[in-house]
Parts: sequence; structure tokens; C-alpha cells
Amino acid sequence: MTASNPPALRVRGATKRFGAVVALEDVDIDARRGEVLALLGDNGAGKSTLIKCVSGVHRLDAGIVEVDGTPVDPGSPAAARNLGIETVYQDLALFDNLDPAANFYAGREMTAPKWLPRGIRLVRRRAMVDTTAAVLRRLEVGVADVGTPVGLMSGGQRQAVAVARAAAFATNVVILDEPTAALGVRESRHVLDLILRLRDQGFAIVVVSHAMDHVMEIADRAVVLRRGRTVGELIPRPETRQQIVSLIVGGDG
Amino acid sequence: MAPDTAKRAGLPMSSRRRREGPGPNRRRDLPSLGLAALKVGPALMLLVVVIAAAALSDVFFTTRNVGNVLSQTAVIAILALAQLLVIVTRGIDLSVGSNLALSAVVGALVFGSVGSGALVIVAMLVTGMAVGAVNGAVLVWGRLPHPFIMTLAMLSIARGLALWLSGGQPLSGMPEIVQQIGGEAIGWLPYSAFLVAGLALLTLLLTKAMLWGRWIFAVGGNPDAARRAAIPVDRVVVSVYVLSGLAAGTGAVINAGRLNGGSPTFGELAELDAIAAVVIGGASFHGGRGHVGNALVGALMIGVIRNAMNLLNVNAFLQPIVIGAVIVLAVEIDVLRGRLEERLRIVQAVQS
Repeated sequence: MTASNPPALRVRGATKRFGAVVALEDVDIDARRGEVLALLGDNGAGKSTLIKCVSGVHRLDAGIVEVDGTPVDPGSPAAARNLGIETVYQDLALFDNLDPAANFYAGREMTAPKWLPRGIRLVRRRAMVDTTAAVLRRLEVGVADVGTPVGLMSGGQRQAVAVARAAAFATNVVILDEPTAALGVRESRHVLDLILRLRDQGFAIVVVSHAMDHVMEIADRAVVLRRGRTVGELIPRPETRQQIVSLIVGGDG
Repeated sequence: MAPDTAKRAGLPMSSRRRREGPGPNRRRDLPSLGLAALKVGPALMLLVVVIAAAALSDVFFTTRNVGNVLSQTAVIAILALAQLLVIVTRGIDLSVGSNLALSAVVGALVFGSVGSGALVIVAMLVTGMAVGAVNGAVLVWGRLPHPFIMTLAMLSIARGLALWLSGGQPLSGMPEIVQQIGGEAIGWLPYSAFLVAGLALLTLLLTKAMLWGRWIFAVGGNPDAARRAAIPVDRVVVSVYVLSGLAAGTGAVINAGRLNGGSPTFGELAELDAIAAVVIGGASFHGGRGHVGNALVGALMIGVIRNAMNLLNVNAFLQPIVIGAVIVLAVEIDVLRGRLEERLRIVQAVQS
């Protein structure tokens, strides 16, 4: 990866206010392909606001978002998805009553015939199930029966399905909000491995996480936010761990 | 494929089976058998009720009585099909009974001044849909906290309108075609039964194969996620109330046809029958879950029980008590199903 390649996702001068509260002020991030970028910070530091601005839930008051060097406007979740940016929210946004295929394709179903208005077209269930099964296999997500409603799956499986859904449709960036927050040790392990596989397949990955151990393990770079500002960017290594923690909490240790 | 449901990573099922031997296998098959049995629970219950009715009464299985049951159940069944869609979106429509009366009265008034059969039918269907559209629109764009409130208000408003427009009196007379749909039969099979079957197939097509129907289930499963997935949640919600209104209008055609007139007292408590049918059919008020066939089964269950008790000269006051008990029983079975599913999941998690 040469320096001349523009990053898959670049944010410059991101600023967002909610009334009198400044949630983000002049924040820059670059997320490159084949790299995991960790966004760190205490509660209220602006991490979630930043990713919501990139994934189209909020709109920046100032600043620019670039995808592959082109300025873009992720003004809605649908717009962000069209830009190849997929987000795995902390609540996963899964449909517990539907199977993985229906979850994958919710809102972007394969349908036929084309000459009918979209709402009354028939869904191409078989094709969606096959593609979903193929994606799950490729990402080594173990779901025995793709006909099972995801509500019946374990926490780790649900997380994996949500991540795989993002990976299936992202062309540029996969954003993960607290991907291991609700998981046990072994399930976290599965999800971290899955994230690394996505990285190796050439996505730019942005991870928001409080779990320092996980960040140290998978992140190639870490950006630390505090009170809406960037207070540091460094490479997570055992010897920088203490420094990262003090950046997060704002001490001088 | 119930036993395969909550398995975690890796191995294909067959190799696991072989490795684990017969012990865990038996344990896994037991709940899955139970699950399969409970899945057809409502249909089994109906079967039991039908067999009991046939055993207790010689008349029950005569063609004439079966035709009777079907024609008496037609309105409940049609209302239940639409109520199912509403309940799948986490909603409820309490106004369908009143809406049916209003639609029938409007139809009767139109017949009084025009006399065209097609126009009378259109008037009833459009009235029903208009009431449903108001329900949906005020609910969604007026941001009412729950559909119970909007449709409860409409229950009152539509009934009041029906009484007002009719002067509180039944208006007699319906065009030939309406009388035919509501009251006549091919052999012993009433026209209304064909109408129910056709509408059930359409609803099945909608919910299983059509995009809009899949969206209805997505909206019921997780409205927030549906919104983030760019599904037109508001329009989906409004549409189910419009369809529910359309069902009320269709019910009005059948009811008015059978009784040859429109009365403001039509459809009293019909909304509760429809909701009961859907609930007996295992749909969840938490949304996202329900099946067209089971809603029909629920409607038939109510119809068969009423009919059988009439045939057996059971005290009429006992009927609502029995229906109530059946509702509780059916939902209890559904709770059991949920428990079993959960246990199955734990068993499999432990085994993996």
C-alpha cells in the first residue's frame, strides 16, 4: 500500500454540535484498506457521533468525508450504504424473527420481475439464501441452518451474522461499534478473527471499542478522542498501552 | 430442520451426529419432535374440536351444516386475515367491527339512490379502506403512541357515523350480486367460502413471496432496524390498516348480502373475534410472527365451537366462556412452544 493511494475513508475537520454541546470539533481520521483503525475514547468523547456522521445517521456541521479521495455526502443510511460504507451498530439492528438471508437483504432484496412496482415484486428467496450461505461460508461463520431465525442464535452468532452482513455489501469501509461488548471470551475470539479476515480481504475497518485487550490485538492504528477532539494517534503496542490509557482518561500518567 | 437450529461453528451436522452417538441424539430429537408437533398446534386443536363435534352430533358433518359453518365463519376469517397483518406489525385494529357496520350502511344508502350492484360493492370497499387509511395516517403522521388508541377512537367514531347515517335503523335491500356473494352457494359451498379461500391465498402470496409482505414482517420484527435498512416503515404501517379496512368493507359485502340490507348494528364485537382468531393462530403481539393458515384455523375454531354448541343445544351463555378458555389454552400452548425452543437452544449450546 503506497502513500499515494488515497485512503478508503478520509474525514477532515469533522465538527458536529447538538445545540450548545460540541460533540465533535475538527476531527481527522484516515481508514486505509487492509487496516484496522480503532477509535478510542471515554463515554461522550465523540466516537459514536463520528461514526454516525460517516454512516449517515447524523450530518456533519462542518468538515468533509472522502471515499477513495472523492468528497461524498453520506446524508442518510441508504446514501452511506451506496457509498460502500456498511455499519454494524452496537444493537446489531438484526431482525430476530427473520433468517440470516432475510436479514442480509432487508431493504435491498433481490426481486423479480423488474417491470412490476418494487413493492409487489416477488422476492427471489432461493438466490438470496444461496448468496448468504456462500458469504457465511467464505467468512467461516458457522451457521448450521440458514433457515433459522437469528433470534434463536447465540450472541456470538448474531454478532457474526451482523458483521457478515456488513461485509457482504460493503465495498470500501466496514464500521463496527463495540463488536465484542456483549460477548463472552470465546465468542469475542470468533468475532475478532472474523474482523481480521475482513481486514485481510481488503476492507478498511473502523472499530469503536472499550475493550483495550481487543484493541491492542487487532488494531493497526488507534485514534484517541476526548471531548470531541483528537488527542492522539498512535500504534497500539504493549509499550504504548499505558500512553493510550492516559490519553483516553486525560491524565498525564 | 429444528435440531440444527442454534448450532455454533464448524462441523456439518452429519459428522457431529456420528461422533456423538445415540445418547445426545435422542435428547435432541425429543424436543425437536415436540417442536414439530407444536408447530401444527392450532391445526391439531381444530382437528380435535372437529372430531369431537362430529362425534357428539350427527348433524355436524352434513353438507348443509358444513356450508353453514363456512358461511358463518367467512366474515371472521376475512377480518382475521387482515388483523394478522396488523398484529405482525405490532399493531392492533379495534375498529373493524364498526367499520364493517359503517361500510354496510353506506352501501345500503348507495343502493337506495343508485341501484347499481358494482357501485354498491365499490362504495362498501372504499368506505372500509378510507376508514383504515385514516387509522393508519393519524397513527403514523399524528405520532400517536399506540394503535390501540387510534383504532379505539375509530371504533367509536365509525359506529356513531353508521348510526347517524342510518338514523339508527336497519336499511333493507341489497343488489342481487351482493345477496349472491353473501347468501348463496354453489351446491352446498357458499360463495363467501370461495371468497375467503381466494383472499387467504392472496394474503399467503403477499406474506410469503411479495416484497411488501416481507417488509411487513421486517417492520414487525425490528422497526428501528427496518428504518435504518431504508424500508418505508411508515407506508408499510399505513398499508396494513388500509388492508384491514378493506377486509372490513369485504365483510360488509358478505354480511349485507346475507341479511339483504345494511344495519348499524352489524359487526358488533367482530374485532374481538378477529383478534381472538389471530391469537389462537399463534401470532405474537410483539410483532413479526404469525401465519396466514393459522389465522384461518383460529377463525374456523371459533366458528366450529359456536356451531357445535348450537347443534348440541348448549346454553348460549356458555359459549363466550368456552371461547375464552380456548384462547387461553391456545396461547398457553404457544408459550410452551417458546419455552421448548429456548430449551432446545440451550441443549445445543451445551453440546457444541
